[in-house]
Amino acid sequence: MELKDIKELISFLEKTAFAEVEVREGEVRVRVVRPQPQAAAPAPPAPAAPAAAVGPQAETRAPGYDVRIPPAPEPGRVIASPIVGTFYRAAAPDKPPYVEVGGTVKKGQVVCIVEAMKLMNEIESEFEGRIVAVLVDDGEPVEFGQALMRIEP
Amino acid sequence: MFEKILIANRGEIAIRVIRACKELGIPTVAICSEIDRDALHVLFADERVVVGPADNALSYRNILNIVSAASVTGADAIHPGYGFLAENPRFAEICESCGITFIGPRHTTIAQMGDKATAKSLMAAAGVPVIPGSEGLLPEDDEPVAAIGAKVGFPLIVKASAGGGGRGMRVVQEEGQLLDSVHAARKEAAAAFGNDGVYLERYFPDSRHVEVQVIADQHGNVVHLGERDCSVQRRNQKLIEESPSPAVNKALRARMTQSALAAARSVDYQNAGTVEFLLAPDGHFYFIEMNTRIQVEHPVTEMVTGLDLIKEQIRIAAGEKLSFAQKDVRFRGHAIECRVNAEDPESFLPSPGIISWYHPPGGPSVRVDSAAYTNYAVPPQYDSMVAKVIVHGDTRDEAIARMARALEEMVVDGIRTTVPLYLEILADDVFCKGDYSTRYLEEFLARKRARSEERPKGRGGRRRKSPGGAGAKAE
Repeated sequence: MELKDIKELISFLEKTAFAEVEVREGEVRVRVVRPQPQAAAPAPPAPAAPAAAVGPQAETRAPGYDVRIPPAPEPGRVIASPIVGTFYRAAAPDKPPYVEVGGTVKKGQVVCIVEAMKLMNEIESEFEGRIVAVLVDDGEPVEFGQALMRIEP
Repeated sequence: MFEKILIANRGEIAIRVIRACKELGIPTVAICSEIDRDALHVLFADERVVVGPADNALSYRNILNIVSAASVTGADAIHPGYGFLAENPRFAEICESCGITFIGPRHTTIAQMGDKATAKSLMAAAGVPVIPGSEGLLPEDDEPVAAIGAKVGFPLIVKASAGGGGRGMRVVQEEGQLLDSVHAARKEAAAAFGNDGVYLERYFPDSRHVEVQVIADQHGNVVHLGERDCSVQRRNQKLIEESPSPAVNKALRARMTQSALAAARSVDYQNAGTVEFLLAPDGHFYFIEMNTRIQVEHPVTEMVTGLDLIKEQIRIAAGEKLSFAQKDVRFRGHAIECRVNAEDPESFLPSPGIISWYHPPGGPSVRVDSAAYTNYAVPPQYDSMVAKVIVHGDTRDEAIARMARALEEMVVDGIRTTVPLYLEILADDVFCKGDYSTRYLEEFLARKRARSEERPKGRGGRRRKSPGGAGAKAE
């Protein structure tokens, strides 16, 4: 087995969902293991009293309390909602979205709307860059500080 | 009944309201600031909406975000708790105009009672005794002042109308000192508040703070739920409350509760409220103000009446009639509450930080309302109350013994709390006799300081006789 074979093995593993692969050739055995994502940060300590109550409540709990495995650091910066309201991608249902994934925005450009109590609040980008991801669905409620879009400056 | 209730508060009172909602089968929405995501009230509720950063002006008092949170979650009612927006008439009005029921009195009532001058004149008109005062600001002229002072009576206080929190006040013992004090007070007020307006009020140095809980539905039924004595205070912050008041006998109770009902009826009060009185040593009482919200110390009343005031608030707001009449209200035994604050028990300096081990007391007739838990970080941005410990006993003595027992069991490691102070107070003769005024805490602390100064320096000073009987040997 040569180095290039091992490199191919690694590249093969990366393309799959497998965590490890082992190959034997004669007396040579090579095992390639993909490092697992970081273990979750410890959950917010469960208070003694509601421990029993957590179960039945779990499915109705709003997103955000869940213990999440933090994803690998993503590139770019986040545009967060400054208010509580409903997220809309366009100024009106019959209008095109303000931005699309892959599009570029200038600093101060309106990227979306968060509607609160019938008031349409235009959300402006703090950064100049390329929209990498839109993190909320059209019409979804958002809370203060919730990430709306990811921008790569 | 409501589909969903949003609790516009945090900490123990948010939990209290959530508990009542759960028992009524109503889903709940908690709001929180960014630093409160792991707070207990958030964990207890069915849904959560982050409404702002740590600064409570931008989160817990952020009317737009809170109303918007109710809108996006489909909450049709908001319970404001106490503090924050609970007595903000604009918030109550905005809720109503957005089709969200504000669980509390009408916004017009909140506005009326929020203005001290308006409240006082409304009460006077309703025949409720009010503190004798100058009825408005003193004229700039010196001439009428003496006559006004004589009418108010001595001793009196000169108060700055732009002042507050105990600032801009001067006590005047007798007529001769009045004019000088008024001049001095005006100067101080102008310098401190930019406004030299002053007024006079009778001063009752050894008075007690006794308040009456009232509750009224939207159909004209008003009931009183007895009084609470809240005289153990520091800088106008209540520390210990109890019911009934040791200073109130049957006849006085009848008069005070009737006045409280008159006060509530005069403004067509709805929902829960408290009428605060100053009780003078001679047995006269005077209206101080009306609190148009549920109060911190409401559990004291719940323990002696067996009622759930928060559930009643919710039912009233939903349009139901009060499920009990005055004659159905039974008062049993004695209840005391201690507010356990994250403060040094001697200096009262705030002690925020992580509670490394939290264990609340239990046992018969012991209730703890708290948002604390082990490893909880008490944030410095909000009030320092960690827990309310409330006990009930058949008699006042039993309640005192029970509270002392409960506080001794309580563990709040990692931060300082006022528990040691309460244990000393509960062992203090004066408190145990029940004969204390709003100056009690100051006096107690002064006595304590004097005692510690008297103690000889060194190792306790006790002498032990040597076995041989050859005379005492100093240790």
